Amino acid sequence: MIVEVSGVTKRFGERVAVDGLTLNVPEGVCFGLLGPNGAGKTTTLRMVYGVTLPTSGHVRVFGMDVSRNVRAVRRRLGVTLQQNVLIETLSPRANLTIFGRYHLMDGAGLAQRVEELIDFMELRSHADVPVDKLSGGYQRRLAVALSLMNRPELLILDEPTTGLDPAVRLGLWARVRELRRAGATVLLTTHYMDEAQRLCDTVAIMSAGDVIAQGAPEELIGRYLARQAVEVEATPAQEYALLRGLGESPPRCRLGNRTMVYLDDPAVLLDRIRRLPGIGASVMAVRPTDLEDVFLTLTGTSLEDNR
Amino acid sequence: MTLSWRYALSVWRRNASMYRRTWRWNILPNFFEPVLYLVSLGVGLGAYITTMGGTSYIQFLAPGLVCVAAMNGASFEVTYNIFVRMNIEKAYDAMLTTPIQPVDVVAGELLWSMTRSCVYGLCFALVVAAAGLAPLPQALWVVPVIPLTGLLFSAIGLAFTLRIGTIELYSFYFTLFLTPLFLFSSVFFPLEERLSASWLWVAECLPLLHPVRLARAAFFGPASPALLWDVAYILGVSTVLVAYSARLMRRKLTL
Repeated sequence: MIVEVSGVTKRFGERVAVDGLTLNVPEGVCFGLLGPNGAGKTTTLRMVYGVTLPTSGHVRVFGMDVSRNVRAVRRRLGVTLQQNVLIETLSPRANLTIFGRYHLMDGAGLAQRVEELIDFMELRSHADVPVDKLSGGYQRRLAVALSLMNRPELLILDEPTTGLDPAVRLGLWARVRELRRAGATVLLTTHYMDEAQRLCDTVAIMSAGDVIAQGAPEELIGRYLARQAVEVEATPAQEYALLRGLGESPPRCRLGNRTMVYLDDPAVLLDRIRRLPGIGASVMAVRPTDLEDVFLTLTGTSLEDNR
Repeated sequence: MTLSWRYALSVWRRNASMYRRTWRWNILPNFFEPVLYLVSLGVGLGAYITTMGGTSYIQFLAPGLVCVAAMNGASFEVTYNIFVRMNIEKAYDAMLTTPIQPVDVVAGELLWSMTRSCVYGLCFALVVAAAGLAPLPQALWVVPVIPLTGLLFSAIGLAFTLRIGTIELYSFYFTLFLTPLFLFSSVFFPLEERLSASWLWVAECLPLLHPVRLARAAFFGPASPALLWDVAYILGVSTVLVAYSARLMRRKLTL
């Protein structure tokens, strides 16, 4: 295992951020941590690279106890923080050079690595432009480039693509896949279920400081929900009237006046909606169930709960 | 976690690379301040004062103002600059994703602010020497006093920076701490001569007074063993505050 989190609890005063968490990341996988804001994802990542110490429990990375071998562990991993930390007045090339020195790199070796990363993250055309003049996509790519400086065996990405345009996201995914093919292990958090579904071998859904479900994305969908999702525009009363005749109620997920109904065979439901226009429900979409459905079903859709 | 000087040096080098780009603009105001005092008070006010402490007034002022230059160089670095790096630019959060530890950050930042303090102190000392106000070669003894002054005011300022939550509090630090020190630490007049015997201990509490005493002794002597007390004060207070800052930094960066 590259990362072993065993029975870890982290308290900040009264607040429990991580609650008895156990998590194992095997070598060479892309592991996604999902969960609503405040679920404990970032705190978990911080404990993995050792800037936050667990209140109880153990975190081992590369087989080493992180709290006792912080320097040795961090020599071999890279972290892209949620917020870019860049020196805004300096160019990408200067940022990379300064960051390389944090890893005690210097001279020709450092210069060569900087150029490699400029090419790998496609920063060449803007390598000498001050960071504060760069678009969000360039800044994020530079932040990722920094975390690759020491050729990390474990790459930690905290919401790597939040706020990026689709082209930049796809580009970043391609880079992550490439790194994985080269043997790196990736541990990331994301709020984008499509990202998790397409990039991660394993995802763990966190809620209130613990993992509530874990597995391959397809496997999780199969475990918790039926294959098809029918999105219906209906008030709770209309939903009740609609489903009353269907026998056993299928699993559902409500978002305002829209409800998602999960069924292996949606034909019965679609048929009933068509034949009973008096109920006033209408079908918005029929689509394959995805990871977002599992996520919403497991973590809830109420904004009040999402603190 | 034990200190690694190699990692501390990488923190120092970050600041040095940044400084290389901007020194032209920010060296000037800090550097000119003591020059203006020297000219205004030394030449202007000095015309009305025949001697002070056995020398001309402008000569009396020179060694103390070397310490003031060193104090200013260190103070700006460990106050506003570190506050911005730590709380706004979040530079230390990035450093802590590498093998750099909080104690290395503290050491690197102190080294850097001492470097800046030496830049200011030595530049001003050169001006003083060029103006013929420093009895050479004896006055060269002031050279080791400059980093000592830098260390002391870096340690004091860093501890303050790590204690405060808002940048506005620096106006207290500069107006109610550094300015009174500047005015009363025997830079402009021999404080001890104005205090009655029962109040002499107050002078000994003022941090700036100790470097000023050392600098003046470097210029005009005598090399009394009592100066060891001033060195001990500077090293002792700095050690305590640096250790305290290292603890605060660790707590701030690793929750």
